[in-house]
Amino acid sequence: MTYLAGEGMSGGYGGVDILHQCSIGVDKGEVAVVVGPNGAGKSTAMKAVFGMLELRQGRVTMDGQDISHLKPEQRVQLGMGFVPQSANVFTSMTVEENLEMGAFIRRDDISDTLSGVYELFPVLREKRRQLAGELSGGQRQQVAVGRALMTQPKVLMLDEPTAGVSPMVMDELFDRIIEIARTGIAILMVEQNARQALSIADRGYVLVQGRNRYTDTGAALLANIEVRKAFLGG
Amino acid sequence: MLIDLLNALALIGNFVLVPGIAYGSQLALGALGVTMVYAVLRFSNFAHGETMSFGAMVTILVTWVLQARGFGLGPLPTALLALPIGMIVTIGLCLGTDRLVYRYYREKKAVPVTYLIVSVGVLFFLSGLIRFIIGPKDQVFADGQRFIMKARAFKEMTGLDQGLAIKTSQGITVITAVMIVALLFWFLNRTRTGKSMRAYSDNEDLALLSGINPERVVMITWIITGALAAIAGTLYGLDKGYKPFTYLGLVLPIFASAIVGGVGNPLGAIAGGFVIAFSELLVTFAYKRVVGYLTPGDWVPDGLVQLLSTDYKLAVSFFILVIVLLIKPTGIFSGKTL
Amino acid sequence: MKNVLLFVVMGVLLILVGTMQSWNVALAILNMCLISAVMALGVNIQWGYAGLFNAGVMGFTALGGLAAIVVSVAPVPAAWDAGGARAILGLLAGLATIVGGIWLWKKLPVSRTARIWLTALLAASGYGLMRLILDPAVDAIEAVEPAMTGFLGGFGLPIMFSWIVGGIFAAIVAWAIGKVALGLRSDYLAIATLGISEIIIYFLKNEDWLTRGVKNVNGLPRPVPYEIDLQGALWFHDVAAWVGIPVVEASSLIVKLNYVVLFLVVLIAIFWLSERALRSPWGRMMRAIRDNEIAAGAMGKNVTGRHLQVFVLGSAVIGIAGAMLATLDGQFTPASYQPLRFTFLVWVMVIVGGSGNNLGSILGGFVIWFFWIEAEPIGLALMNFVTSGMAIDSPLRLHLLENAAHTRLMTMGLILLLVLRFSPRGLIPEVKR
Repeated sequence: MTYLAGEGMSGGYGGVDILHQCSIGVDKGEVAVVVGPNGAGKSTAMKAVFGMLELRQGRVTMDGQDISHLKPEQRVQLGMGFVPQSANVFTSMTVEENLEMGAFIRRDDISDTLSGVYELFPVLREKRRQLAGELSGGQRQQVAVGRALMTQPKVLMLDEPTAGVSPMVMDELFDRIIEIARTGIAILMVEQNARQALSIADRGYVLVQGRNRYTDTGAALLANIEVRKAFLGG
Repeated sequence: MLIDLLNALALIGNFVLVPGIAYGSQLALGALGVTMVYAVLRFSNFAHGETMSFGAMVTILVTWVLQARGFGLGPLPTALLALPIGMIVTIGLCLGTDRLVYRYYREKKAVPVTYLIVSVGVLFFLSGLIRFIIGPKDQVFADGQRFIMKARAFKEMTGLDQGLAIKTSQGITVITAVMIVALLFWFLNRTRTGKSMRAYSDNEDLALLSGINPERVVMITWIITGALAAIAGTLYGLDKGYKPFTYLGLVLPIFASAIVGGVGNPLGAIAGGFVIAFSELLVTFAYKRVVGYLTPGDWVPDGLVQLLSTDYKLAVSFFILVIVLLIKPTGIFSGKTL
Repeated sequence: MKNVLLFVVMGVLLILVGTMQSWNVALAILNMCLISAVMALGVNIQWGYAGLFNAGVMGFTALGGLAAIVVSVAPVPAAWDAGGARAILGLLAGLATIVGGIWLWKKLPVSRTARIWLTALLAASGYGLMRLILDPAVDAIEAVEPAMTGFLGGFGLPIMFSWIVGGIFAAIVAWAIGKVALGLRSDYLAIATLGISEIIIYFLKNEDWLTRGVKNVNGLPRPVPYEIDLQGALWFHDVAAWVGIPVVEASSLIVKLNYVVLFLVVLIAIFWLSERALRSPWGRMMRAIRDNEIAAGAMGKNVTGRHLQVFVLGSAVIGIAGAMLATLDGQFTPASYQPLRFTFLVWVMVIVGGSGNNLGSILGGFVIWFFWIEAEPIGLALMNFVTSGMAIDSPLRLHLLENAAHTRLMTMGLILLLVLRFSPRGLIPEVKR
């Protein structure tokens, strides 16, 4: 049974459905990647799993429990971490304050988790007293991911984490993501850079117009000629 | 020559520096209340002046009761004893208004202009309520020692012609303002709750994601604002006398202070308060005698050498506001704008 | 039709006042209602067409009053001789400074810091120059018979011209303010307009050489006959006897009725023009911008420019109302322009009447003004009733009676809040086209 799964999800933001019976999921320690052309509903699917969308049909389960009716804040309490694509840091607060805010729901001592995040992203330790808004794009993304990790989540969901960063930073970010997955956290990721993302994916979902089109391991999808032609530029 | 310089300095000190620091502190406290509501609730609370008036009114009423029973605070004004009650009642008013009036519009996600009009309704109501309770006239409630330093004493001490007076109310204003500001900054920067408020003001969606409770943040904001309003209103009333309708005239300088400093930024509110206060005083000060002191011989200029007549004090805040809006709308410390 | 019914109810209320209090009172209220309706129309043009919050209605009204003096009062030759020309020169110097400053700011190809310093320098020296020229002139003018005149006077033209001139004055100031404050957050416009109106009032209270300041200008010429003249006319005596009303009261009634007719004409004209504008392509575009500013901007509409147009037009209407008000009062009293009274009351009129709907604003003007005036006697009566059980000289009773008038403010605030909450579209809601 998949640890986190959105099954047969249909829904949208208003009258019109964006998702049509879409299913995505991820297991502990796995990296699952959702790719597809623009407007395919990738971010929407993830937001649906997070609870930011009214589902007309389908459900979301975590560790066997049906959590479809829970609000995002409540899902955070259960162990979901979410890194939005934009506006994902508190720009007027320092790096360390951002991380502190990430752990807001925790009442226990967070210093261990904090040092863990600093080990994962050493540059953040250097800049911990700097305002998050003054950092470069890649560093900001690190703050954003670090912020989500502060709750010690069981699942980490990332919405296009490499949007707008340079290829070198992207590689580094993916390396970190693999490291995070190795600690046993389930990673669900929506990505525009399909090829690089699939290369680190244990499972991959290709969505087209809100529906599942291909589902397989990342390697298999990369080897799939049709997928390559349609979405990866041959 | 040195004597003339010292006299000139004493003159400036007495009519600009001392009142400026006191008035600046009062504006700063008022602007802090406005800026906090703006930062967290994201609207301009036009009713803040009347809230200050309300806080002062409650304090005055309690002061009268205390005075009637013979309670006093020695050289300090009895109002200081009454102030905590004034603060509590004003906080209650703010929380009540939020629950009854503003919360509905938060749920409906109304546009900022709607909140503005609503705050005008609250302003109207409070105006009438205050006048109904205490009447529209001047109220005297200050007691205790009036001066920390009297003009005559200063002249005797220094041997100068010009006296420098410091009123007790001015001293209290500054000390209280410093304490309150220090407390507020400690709260915002060093406590978990304070930081969560800054986070909520910075990025509402992300704050919600982080599990920050919006209603709690709103409640604490109103508590702080109510307390600040009561304190600022009482201090202003102690210093300049209490008359209900004067507080409406403070709305413009207070908002100007908040915007000039960078609305939404507490540091900006303080800086703005002093900028406005000193500008008002410097621009309307009659430099005649200062010029007389600084020029050789006994020559004194004919006119008052005033940049703008004292009646135009309000115009000063407005001009500074206009200049800031034209050059740098985000203000000195870059608050929120559009 | 519901609208007709609402107006009929309004008419009935006025008739009630006429019969229960006096016809003079009823007509006086009606005249003020008409003026309030024009003001509410002006505010609605800004709010309903463009969603702009003008917190400075009082200032624009006062400019209308200023126009009334400047146009209609007879010139004071002695004052003009004493310093008139020099005063004009001083004002021109000030204007030149402002224009020069703006030119400098926009056109000079130097760095930003240099521009700031140069403009500041120009502004400071220009201001100094203006004061140098102006101050002695002002003193001289004010020294001419201060008890009677002490000011320049006006142009001695018929006062009804001032209604247009009032609109022009208001439009000019609105243009200046709009250039600065539009395009920023809506709250900023509110604060800027609040500020400019306070300054206008200060200016009118203090520049005695122009307005006599707080000494007021009394005896403004009228567009309608004087009661005294009517009372002296034999033919009028006959008419009054025929109708069966005492001459003095009849003269007063006729004068008021004359005003009613004049104001009604203006109101209907402005209303008709506003409605035409609303239904025109221009009006449709304005409403499209108001409903979705971002989309409109993306489509290439100059949102700020349109807002400026609307702001200027609405303010002009308010200025016209201000001139009408001064005409009705027959005098110009700067101290009477208080923010609570004008600005916020007019806003209550617009919101309660129906924001976005011109007819609604007119109705709102009538209804709210009526209740504002009648609230005082009603409030007093109510308070008398409430305190009837108390001892005659109990301090509580005295206090309540003394301050009964302030319940007006509370009631108005409460009405605004209740309408905004439960019936935000007002009595006559905007018609969605």
